Amino acid sequence: MTAVTKLSNHRASKEELLNYYEQMLLLRRFEERAAQLYTQGQIAGFCHLYIGQEAVLTGIKAATKPEDDQITSYRCHAHAIACGVEPEAVMAELTGRETGVSKGKGGSMHMFDPEKHFWGGHGIVGAQISLGTGIAFANKYRGDDTICVAYMGDGALHQGQVYESFNMAKLWDLPVLYIIENNEYAMGTSVQRSAGNVELYKRGESFGIPGKQVDGMDILAVKAAVEEAADYIRSGKGPYLLEMKTYRYRGHSMSDPATYRSKEEVQNMKEHRDPIQQVTNMLVEEHAVKEEDLKAIDSEIKKRIKEVAEHATTSALPNESELYTDIMPE
Amino acid sequence: MTELRTVPTRDAIRDGMAEEMRRDENVFLMGEEVADYQGAYKCSRDLVQEFGAKRVIDTPITEHGFAGIAVGAAMTGLRPIVEFMTWNFGMQAIDQIINSAAKTYYMSGGLVSCPIVFRGPNGAAARVAAQHSQEYSSWYAHVPGLKVVSPATAADAKGLLKAAVRDNAPVIVLENELLYGVEGDVADGDDAIVEIGKARIARTGSDVTIVAHSMMVIKALEAAKTLEAEGIDAEVIDLRTIRPLDEQAILNSVAKTNRLVIAEEGWAFAGLGAEIGQMVMERSFDDLDAPVERVTGKDVPLPYAENLEQLALPQPAEIVEAVKKTLYKD
Repeated sequence: MTAVTKLSNHRASKEELLNYYEQMLLLRRFEERAAQLYTQGQIAGFCHLYIGQEAVLTGIKAATKPEDDQITSYRCHAHAIACGVEPEAVMAELTGRETGVSKGKGGSMHMFDPEKHFWGGHGIVGAQISLGTGIAFANKYRGDDTICVAYMGDGALHQGQVYESFNMAKLWDLPVLYIIENNEYAMGTSVQRSAGNVELYKRGESFGIPGKQVDGMDILAVKAAVEEAADYIRSGKGPYLLEMKTYRYRGHSMSDPATYRSKEEVQNMKEHRDPIQQVTNMLVEEHAVKEEDLKAIDSEIKKRIKEVAEHATTSALPNESELYTDIMPE
Repeated sequence: MTELRTVPTRDAIRDGMAEEMRRDENVFLMGEEVADYQGAYKCSRDLVQEFGAKRVIDTPITEHGFAGIAVGAAMTGLRPIVEFMTWNFGMQAIDQIINSAAKTYYMSGGLVSCPIVFRGPNGAAARVAAQHSQEYSSWYAHVPGLKVVSPATAADAKGLLKAAVRDNAPVIVLENELLYGVEGDVADGDDAIVEIGKARIARTGSDVTIVAHSMMVIKALEAAKTLEAEGIDAEVIDLRTIRPLDEQAILNSVAKTNRLVIAEEGWAFAGLGAEIGQMVMERSFDDLDAPVERVTGKDVPLPYAENLEQLALPQPAEIVEAVKKTLYKD
């Protein structure tokens, strides 16, 4: 067993932990296969992987309701899957096939499923924060109880429209949860090299938005923080900001060799902070789950992902008539 | 048919919004000074009194942010009307208009539409210099996924706006500050609706076709009067909609007159005149008895000084001159 820092003092049942283990592993195996398909030339363009950050999304989904809205940036494969989009449809979008969730027209950065309350998938850094604030505006306008979770990276946090949105979100007490997925690097520029004040969770303070920093590698810490934030928001007090300290193991995109950080830094995170390993340890040490049982789950997931890849590489390309459809609704 | 009422254009716009808000509670108005101040140009007079602050929303001065919020709300099915105090300020928000509002329907394979109206005064007002005096029709008409309308009369200002609110695509409504006070005969309710994509013959004639929109229709009609005194019978086509362009209306007129002048307030380079001239050349070259002429804004930022401003803006006398050129008259 590798030496992974123990999870926070939060506790979860064996069933919950097994569930998280499975969900996080699905996201990781999916992204690993996406990387492989990219290398093989089956996926083109940009391909931003989520590997290392799985606890953030999985913890947030565990702490929110299925009908709560979610919107994120271009690093969106995992978010789509976590919201319930079939991995087949996500992978087929990556390979640009007609069975893709956006019929092959959006690609890696543009996936949506309104029925599952997943609103994309946006390629302009920071734009999703204004849009997500607008989704929260709509929820309040309709008078329903749902909140919108709007994700941004540590890079997006420097965009002007983020603060424009913070201001209006507080001004109108909109039910929006802002999540900073601080994975330490905005492309190749570290937080230290881009932020005058690296305490990113304080960025909402001057607008009256409370913020907290959370260990984003610890799914139980994520879940607990989001539950508290969601309660605050649902009570009508307005927006809340959480900075998830996380880490991406891969480069910014598949074309990034990540020369701006040391191999040791990455290795250290993998060995000591890995979110899946943390849950594995808990299951083994505190719930007496056998490692071979966990491996069996992994094998099932790998089998599923193999089928997903098969589907995504054998589905047809979009019909050429699709070029001129979906430009404007009737 | 309801009885026609003679009202200033700003009231026609206000009435159009009020009627649509009464019809559909998903319609709301958002912008700077639209509520308590009653609109910077009084286009939303009394609306907050009737509909309340929930549906007539004063925003901070934050175009990029509130445009993004409105687009996000529209994605979930609300029908925002966003007022830009002028389209010059709308440039702050152009990313959300184009990258989010116009493209998401396509990028999502038709899953997420954006039924939103962006409206405000476009083009030169009076003596407000370069940053407050720009004509944006060709900017927005360039983009697939957007509809663009530009009314010249009170009836069209109301009718196109009502059609825009009911449209499921994002619609850019280009108004004109100098026309807000101009009165016209206007219908009420569904009778007032003006179909998007249909041009209007503002003056019938047989010798030459002058194509224009917004303020340039007024100037073209003035030019036509001058020409009439000289025995030249000009037909004036008021485009009303820039995109989708009513190509057939232009072609029908050119088939009759065999001569075409395009009058636009915007700059010539990559402008509307270039597009229309090319379209006519491609589709009915044989109908032309003379090269197509353009009358445009001069290729300079709009100056403040009275004489320079007049020089920079296209004037009726220039339209007269261009018409004579197509008729090979001095």
